[in-house]
Amino acid sequence: MKKIICFLSTCLFLSSTSLFARDYISIVGSSTVYPFATLVAEKLASEGMKAPVIESTGSGGGHKLFCAGIGVEHPDITNSSRAQKDKEFQLCKENGVTDIIEVIIGNDGIAFAYSADYDYGDLNLTKEQIWQAMAKDNKNAPKTWSDIDASLPNVEISIMAPPPTSGTRDAFDSLVMKKGCVKEMLVADGDCKKYREDGHVIEGGEKDELYVEHISKEKGAFGIFGYSFLSNNTDKVKASKIDGVEISMEGIQDYSYPIARPLFFYIKKAHIGVIPGIMEYVNEFVSEEATEDYLLEAGLVELSPSDRETVLDAVNNQKNYK
Amino acid sequence: MNNTVTQERIIALRKKRSAQDLRFKYYGFIAMCLALAVLVFLLYSIFSRGFTAFQKTTILLEINYDQEVLKLTPDSTEKEIEKGKFFKVKKNALNNVFENLSKSDAKFIKKLFSTNIDNEIKNYFLNNPSVLNTKQKLWVTAHSNVDQMLKGNASRDVPEDRRKLNDIQLSFIDQLVQENRIQKEFNNFFFTRADSRHPEIAGIAGSFMGSLLTLFVVFILSFPIAIGASVYLEEFAPKNKLTELIEVNISNLAAVPSIVFGLLGLGVLLNVFGFPRSTPLVGGTVLALMTLPTIIIACRASLKAVPPSIKEGALAIGATKSQAVFHHVVPLALPGTLTGTIIGLAQALGETAPLIMIGMVAFIPNIPTGITEPSASLPVQIFLWVESAERGFQEKSAAAIMIILLFLFMMNALAVYLRNRFEKKW
Repeated sequence: MKKIICFLSTCLFLSSTSLFARDYISIVGSSTVYPFATLVAEKLASEGMKAPVIESTGSGGGHKLFCAGIGVEHPDITNSSRAQKDKEFQLCKENGVTDIIEVIIGNDGIAFAYSADYDYGDLNLTKEQIWQAMAKDNKNAPKTWSDIDASLPNVEISIMAPPPTSGTRDAFDSLVMKKGCVKEMLVADGDCKKYREDGHVIEGGEKDELYVEHISKEKGAFGIFGYSFLSNNTDKVKASKIDGVEISMEGIQDYSYPIARPLFFYIKKAHIGVIPGIMEYVNEFVSEEATEDYLLEAGLVELSPSDRETVLDAVNNQKNYK
Repeated sequence: MNNTVTQERIIALRKKRSAQDLRFKYYGFIAMCLALAVLVFLLYSIFSRGFTAFQKTTILLEINYDQEVLKLTPDSTEKEIEKGKFFKVKKNALNNVFENLSKSDAKFIKKLFSTNIDNEIKNYFLNNPSVLNTKQKLWVTAHSNVDQMLKGNASRDVPEDRRKLNDIQLSFIDQLVQENRIQKEFNNFFFTRADSRHPEIAGIAGSFMGSLLTLFVVFILSFPIAIGASVYLEEFAPKNKLTELIEVNISNLAAVPSIVFGLLGLGVLLNVFGFPRSTPLVGGTVLALMTLPTIIIACRASLKAVPPSIKEGALAIGATKSQAVFHHVVPLALPGTLTGTIIGLAQALGETAPLIMIGMVAFIPNIPTGITEPSASLPVQIFLWVESAERGFQEKSAAAIMIILLFLFMMNALAVYLRNRFEKKW
């Protein structure tokens, strides 16, 4: 009996207070931001700081973990390839995570890419054409690209798209599927954002590398993924122009490339000062040394000077974003 | 007359039957060949891609350890040396790789080298402080792009804008090759460093340590519990409905998908007990739960295999039941138990799915030193490398697969050895 009481009290003790202090930063979130965050983490670790632990959980999964509460068992920072949704902000609030700093780290373009081994000439697609190829509720249901427009190549439509949990998918949906939606072609009560389910659009995983593998091997296959993966694999894949604009650093920075979006991370203010090193990490991330050197090289497109100032202001004064 | 007909029929039937026999033998042979071919293909594809990862490319660099530039004196302490201006020394060395380099060319040269060479230059100095104010020729690590190009994993025949290295850089590399200032050597980083975002300095030491620590936790937790449970069930438990139910459920648990144990770890260990995420402590606990049924089943089988006469003999000369069990039955069953445990551990070593749930799939650039420090494990490391954008990680992940296969092979060999060495035939 004594032993049982002992065991139960130990359990209670363990569950009420966290027995384990944490002296390193815990980061979760988007797989698109992951490569940049790990670069910053490694830089800090090489300078003698205890290395932050970074998990790639997808933007949605990241916000869920981030908003679960305050305390060492919850992550300090979540990376996100889209802005935090109201629903997620509410969840945070319910769990006591009220003070959140938003940091925009840079811009990323979404590439609509295909194998570099196939020469389609100067391929230029419009949002409307991409929508027609991908939408489930398109009356015409084209089989080949030339069904959409005679000037496009006569190859079967096959597109690998990110899964619904991905921030890339959210951004692509609002920038292409919604804006490119052709109302006249939509079936009655149709949904612009639904993807085809007849095999012409395949849902891939969160792993961008698989997209590159897939489209580089299959003729006519297209893939949707972030600019950093494109720039790291230019010998295997190339991207189509969108509305006549080629994907490039400059185009992404000034948003003249139509499928560009900002990347974020969110900081739990209550953890600053409790977990050592959070501000060092954030300052390194937004420092010029990082954004103009190794992050840029890895494919993170810099913020415009005015946006940068707003971000630095938010970081330096630890401003809540909402 | 009738007799001969019957005889002929019997002979014909026998021929048919033996033909069937032969056919079956061939089917079996073909099946085995197919399985072997698949295995060989798998091993070939891994080895052919992975073996290059055991070599790294290094470039000869002349470094001038000038005390003015370094801001050091011959009697600087180690702490002062740590803060020495080694990046300046590096910059000077890089500017002098070739004579009369223009500024833009110097920039291209810089990209041929790993970002880690500051540390290499510093470490060389820490080991040989006497080189102050001398010029030293050091082999330093080349950038992964150079490495991949020289290994033939990245093609140089594609147009310039589709390559990681431009034409000027290629001509520099060719010149270095001609002057024998570039070489391939054993990749010690692969075995001594933890994960990195730069393929040329990424290694498996961190994840290997993580795997060892995790297996340690698995062993500490599962071995005593499994022995206790199986000894109780086999020797002491009353044979009734309840124990039968438990027995059936242990066999069922052994077949539960591993991800379920991951969910259990997330729900109970992390959320209720507040164990630290991403640590071998949680990973080991979850994997211990997963391997327990496997080990219990193996333990019970080996306890059952001990002849009852041994226990009965002990009981006959007055030993108590627990004396008979612990002095005679358990020691005799130990080899079988150990074999079962090792096979259970091997299964735990290769597991990734439950570790995703408890946060062990994370980037950790340090080598863990304790079970409450965040760490990755070998299969997780492979998972992380496979999905990385940089080309250099492709061969790294194949090489890590080779290491994990070797590790598994060694564990299984140990299990076989223990069984053959200590097993008793009755």
